[in-house]
Amino acid sequence: MDTTQPKAFDRKDGALVMAHILFAFFALLLGGIAGLLQSVVRGGNVTLPGGIGYYQLLTAHGVLMALVFTTYFIIGFLYSGASLTLGGHLLPRVKRLGWAGYGLMTVGGLLALAMILLNKASVLYTFYAPLKASPYFYIGMALVVIGSWLSGFGLFYQYRYWKKTNQGKLSPLFGFMAVCTMLLWQIATIGVAIEVVVQLIPWSFGWTERINIMLSRTLFWYFGHPLVYFWLLPAYMCWYVIIPKLIGGKIYSDALARLSFILLLLFSVPVGFHHQLMEPGISPLWKYIQVALTFMVVVPSLMTAFSLFATFETNGRAKGATGLFGWLKVLPWKDVRFFAPFVGMLAFIPAGAGGIINASNQMNEVVHNTLWVTGHFHLTVATSVALTFFGITYWLIPVITGRVLTPRVNKLGLLQTIIWCIGMFFMSGSMHVVGLLGSPRRTAYTTYGDHPDAILWMPYHVAMAIGGTILFIGLLLMIYNVIALMRCPKGVTEYPIGEAMEAEESTPRYLERWGVWIGLTVVLILFAYTIPVMDMFGPMQTGSPGYKTW
Amino acid sequence: MHIHRLEKIWLGFGLAMLFVFLGILGVSAFAMGVQPPSEHHHMIDPTKVSETAPFDQPGIKQVADKEYEAVMVAFAFGYTPEKLEVPAGSTVHFTVTSQDVIHGFEIPGTNVNMMIIPGEVSQVSHQFTKPGEYLILCNEYCGGAHEYMMTKIIVK
Repeated sequence: MDTTQPKAFDRKDGALVMAHILFAFFALLLGGIAGLLQSVVRGGNVTLPGGIGYYQLLTAHGVLMALVFTTYFIIGFLYSGASLTLGGHLLPRVKRLGWAGYGLMTVGGLLALAMILLNKASVLYTFYAPLKASPYFYIGMALVVIGSWLSGFGLFYQYRYWKKTNQGKLSPLFGFMAVCTMLLWQIATIGVAIEVVVQLIPWSFGWTERINIMLSRTLFWYFGHPLVYFWLLPAYMCWYVIIPKLIGGKIYSDALARLSFILLLLFSVPVGFHHQLMEPGISPLWKYIQVALTFMVVVPSLMTAFSLFATFETNGRAKGATGLFGWLKVLPWKDVRFFAPFVGMLAFIPAGAGGIINASNQMNEVVHNTLWVTGHFHLTVATSVALTFFGITYWLIPVITGRVLTPRVNKLGLLQTIIWCIGMFFMSGSMHVVGLLGSPRRTAYTTYGDHPDAILWMPYHVAMAIGGTILFIGLLLMIYNVIALMRCPKGVTEYPIGEAMEAEESTPRYLERWGVWIGLTVVLILFAYTIPVMDMFGPMQTGSPGYKTW
Repeated sequence: MHIHRLEKIWLGFGLAMLFVFLGILGVSAFAMGVQPPSEHHHMIDPTKVSETAPFDQPGIKQVADKEYEAVMVAFAFGYTPEKLEVPAGSTVHFTVTSQDVIHGFEIPGTNVNMMIIPGEVSQVSHQFTKPGEYLILCNEYCGGAHEYMMTKIIVK
């Protein structure tokens, strides 16, 4: 192995990764414009330009941020690590699958976006029936999902190739985790695919008259919860595999890292009911059972927190740091590739705690559909995950385009991270408080007839607008940084993949018995869902016609 | 797989916390009756709400001393009946359905917060101890005028 100069990243693979990353940031920018406009409408009763509706913007914001930005970035990131660790370059078939997936997703995404802009799909990114959008919106969404399946198959194929050509060896940690992530995605998207293809598309074309609403919601949230872990797992991958390399240390425990991902795979899917706790049609018993399953995911998160701090401390002490917290001082705070993800980690403490509160069965009644929930997910995905993805960008683009990060762009990155935090503090902080006071989410400007409760919410909505504006400035800076990265000086940047502290032999091979883990996942899903879903059928279930109320 | 002693303590602490949380939620839900709304499952035809009892006669009526039943229908963009009035200290049992899309039913300042799903019947009870004009708003997106959808319950 060449130890003098890191090997250049495969150019063709780099193009595939770059296509995903750039489209992701394009979606982030469009989604951010929508978000900014939303915040000033709610905070100041501003009239939207061009006759755009608030709920159109909101639909676009959700789709672009929660489905497009995330999925594209994740697939790009996973493919980059797969190229490097699972053979040094992607197989031709894998590249074809990757591009086919990208093409289908983009066609579908643009089709859905067009319907949203034409005001034919102002149904929000959760598209709850019996709100009935144009069938082309649902077709667009279906193409996005099917495209992502192709990308997933590509990743599995590359992994299987590595396993066949490295018989008996433990798979690289990045590759293992990437497979966990895409497996989770493939299993989770089955639910929304059934909802869209079997229920929504025929109904929106008029081929079926009525739709089973409870079933459609349940299929959506069967997907919608693991969706957030699909976002989180790649962030965890950065924290587990990349960060140790960036701080000049080693991965604390390869085995426990793999175990945490298996636990996340098992407990991310059979838990959708915690998004449906306030609904009729699901028995209290099954709501509680799925709440208990939801809480289980705290275990791999606590394992991750321990692993990270163990990595930091062990690395710090190896560098000579003393005292209880001396290891903090030797962390590379001025390196944005560490700093941004680290801030993401910190944000995950209140973010995760908020999630436990939200899932707390009957206590959800206090926060359901209020801005508290919006505050929560702007901490989890829009801070922890987003800042981690931003941090990744500062080495990923240089690696795949054959460039080197400059001190100037690094500094701008640090600044961007701080601006993001300040904006998010104001916005998400206010959302949490005003949500507790009862202000509803997904609602345009209103005073509810000048009701005193609604007047009380106004100052918080103004604070949200201020926070949203600061965030938008941060977003523009990030877009600038992405462009600046593409113009950094030529050079070879090493892909920062960490190595484990302990020997390969100490990781139990049963962690790679995919059949067992997939089987267990299916068993848990069947356990958590079979009986309550059966209750959604029956002679009394007449179904509902569609409505276009916008 | 080697697990460090400190990690075992950390995870043990975490699991103990989960156990306590689930215990509190479970006992309060199943032994003390503090459940999420809509414990009982009733299905109706959402296109025949105005013909199906009790929604063929929406309104608020007294069923016992300081106890009322409010039968309501949600629609885009309001609730029937529009006028709700009870004396302070009353417990109101809300029974609500929708005649079109999904709506919410939230009373800020209280724990009343539930989903109204066409084809299903939602139920929640609340004791209004303090007098006032309580806002009932829709917190589930239901269309272009969603932000105007409200009614009030006056507690004298």
